[in-house]
Amino acid sequence: MRVPFALALGGIVSLVFVAMAGLSYLWTPYDAEALSIANRLKPPSAEHWFGTDHFGRDIFSMIMVGARTSIAVAVASVGIGMGLGVPLGLWAAARRGSWLDEVIMRGNDLVFAFPSLLIAIMIAALAGPSVMNAILAIGIFNIPVFARLTRGGALSLWQREFVMAARVAGKGAARISAEHILPNLANLLIVQGTIQFSVGILVEAALSYVGIGAQPPTPSWGRMLAEAQTMVSFAPHMALFPGLAIVLTVLGLNLMGDGLRDLLDPRGRERTA
Amino acid sequence: MKHLLLTACVVALAGPALAKTDITLGMQLEPPSLDPTGEAAAAVDEVLYANVMEGLTRIASDGSIQPALARAWDVSADGLEYTFLLKDGVTFHDGTTFEASDVVFSLDRARAEDSTNAQKALFAGIESVEALNDMVVRITLSAPNGNFPFNLGWGDAVIVAPESVDTIATNPIGTGPFKFEEWRQGDQISIVKNPDYWGAPVALDRAVFKFISDPTAAFAAMMTGDVDAFPVFPAPENLAQFEVDPRFRVIVGSTEGETILSTNNMQPPFDDVRVRQALAHAIDRQAIIDGAMFGYGTPIGTHFAPHNPAYVDLTALSSYDPDRARALLAEAGFADGFTTTLKLPPPSYARRGGEIIAAQLREVGIETEISNLEWAQWLEQVFRGRDYGLTIVSHTEPMDIGIYARDDYYFQYQSEDFKAIMESLNLATDPAERTAILQQAQEHIARDYVNGYLFQLAKTGVADARIRGLWANAPTQANDLTGVSWEE
Repeated sequence: MRVPFALALGGIVSLVFVAMAGLSYLWTPYDAEALSIANRLKPPSAEHWFGTDHFGRDIFSMIMVGARTSIAVAVASVGIGMGLGVPLGLWAAARRGSWLDEVIMRGNDLVFAFPSLLIAIMIAALAGPSVMNAILAIGIFNIPVFARLTRGGALSLWQREFVMAARVAGKGAARISAEHILPNLANLLIVQGTIQFSVGILVEAALSYVGIGAQPPTPSWGRMLAEAQTMVSFAPHMALFPGLAIVLTVLGLNLMGDGLRDLLDPRGRERTA
Repeated sequence: MKHLLLTACVVALAGPALAKTDITLGMQLEPPSLDPTGEAAAAVDEVLYANVMEGLTRIASDGSIQPALARAWDVSADGLEYTFLLKDGVTFHDGTTFEASDVVFSLDRARAEDSTNAQKALFAGIESVEALNDMVVRITLSAPNGNFPFNLGWGDAVIVAPESVDTIATNPIGTGPFKFEEWRQGDQISIVKNPDYWGAPVALDRAVFKFISDPTAAFAAMMTGDVDAFPVFPAPENLAQFEVDPRFRVIVGSTEGETILSTNNMQPPFDDVRVRQALAHAIDRQAIIDGAMFGYGTPIGTHFAPHNPAYVDLTALSSYDPDRARALLAEAGFADGFTTTLKLPPPSYARRGGEIIAAQLREVGIETEISNLEWAQWLEQVFRGRDYGLTIVSHTEPMDIGIYARDDYYFQYQSEDFKAIMESLNLATDPAERTAILQQAQEHIARDYVNGYLFQLAKTGVADARIRGLWANAPTQANDLTGVSWEE
């Protein structure tokens, strides 16, 4: 089986960022939180590969540590979304047409109706801005995405012969969902997970940009962009590098998601081939 | 025929270029209401003071006190009775005449029990206000106050008329050289020339105050000419670009804004003077001025404006000395440091200064949890709720050292000695004696390390190079347009 080009490229780009985040725990060129006012706004050079910001912090080090924040938020929020959304979707599908199905799906519609940014602002207003609250807001937004996908996929699986066989064998709905339905949905969920991962990174950047994500001094790509805004005209490197980091990570994850779909979903591959 | 037309064109072009008579000023904050006598926000005075509303006296661009609606005044020998002679033939914008009864009404309203005036302390010493006749007012004080004519020059002490005061919040009626025209909420306030003004007529026919809170948008508005001047430009980092552009002039002056690291004196461990002194020695002021304000600002060592003649430079008392700070912390029992909160309001001096201070405090072992607050949250949590360890804010009121005598003020400094100093200041009328007492007061709070004294906020304005007469300094909260004109 050939690995699709998109998957290879996206995988490499994503891996580079994960590696950077991992490496930042052990080593960064400079302390990402150390200020050096005398060295501020230096353009990229051999000493500072991506230059320095308005406090003289090394931008390359900040992007490495910032990757940590982005990835942590994305992983945790996809985790919340999957952890709650998938069981809800399975449950709704197992009891399709019942009042429970209605309650779960209409609840999903309700959450869907609120933009995640609005949820985040509400949480920040109530509990104060922090990374945890950003994770919570993005995670809540992810629940209906996974619940809907799972229910749709599970509904068609419930009609299949092997599920009928399992029912005839006397297995309960919960056991069938766990043993027969879920494994057959794995491909679908992995692909969607990758896409939601990139959405999580984008939303985290947006939240930090408006000041309700990671709080200083924790470096964050979105806040780096916000701080660079008034200095773009004389220190463009301050906006360029965090901007590129966001674009490349999101692009990499989307390519990976597309590539995975091509690889894992045979019907989709037939259509595109 | 063609020739004739061409000549006409040339003549038209060569004719005297008429100077512009309207101006658009940019401001970062919009006033919440238009009542200078009932609203604390500086933005109210920045639109109305000296333009629309006038008081008995006024603060001039150099900080001196000048006659306004009072043409002259006398003080009795015991310093208790002030007699103000009022200007003749002054009318309010709604056509009613200005007379002594308006002064009595305004001052009685400001000092009344139920008054919402933001600076009631200005009027606290008034025993009675009476009209001797239509043009003479006598104000009796309960104790001598050498600063009284200055107090009456504040924006909070402007004269209003009983006929129009009910709608003042949306339609301010004053006696000034401009009349209020329109307030488009969220966008702009416009004022137009008052043809019946009692004093020297102003050069401008119309002025618009445009509210632009985003620094990037402010930069764009200046560059495209949507705004002619930004008296306090919100992003100091962009000033260098305006400086090299011949279309603009950068006006750097002083303000009354003492920018301080306010410390909750009642919250442990800040109730220990050694901890507060350690804070002071941990702070490198120059790094904050350079990093947060791009070099604009003057270091201060106490809560007093350096351009005031009575100022004493006490920065040496709290010089940058991290080793000393660590030693003091160890002495106070915090050898391993401690963790506190640092709550920051929106201005960039606070947000950026906060990050720098957090890094400097970390050097001596003090960890801070930074939270960025909006103004409303800051007022609620910090200023009124006193739920904070440290915060950064600029105190822009003139001559406000008296706040240290208020036990319940948000930094909760309580010192009987300081209150005694302030009391003696209010009794002193001799200028030399007042200076000596003011210096004693400055030293007292500097030696008690009440707050971390950072820098005096600079007034960094940007204006079209052809505008003349804008205030360079900000001795009070105002954008006085009475002397502003366009170069021809």
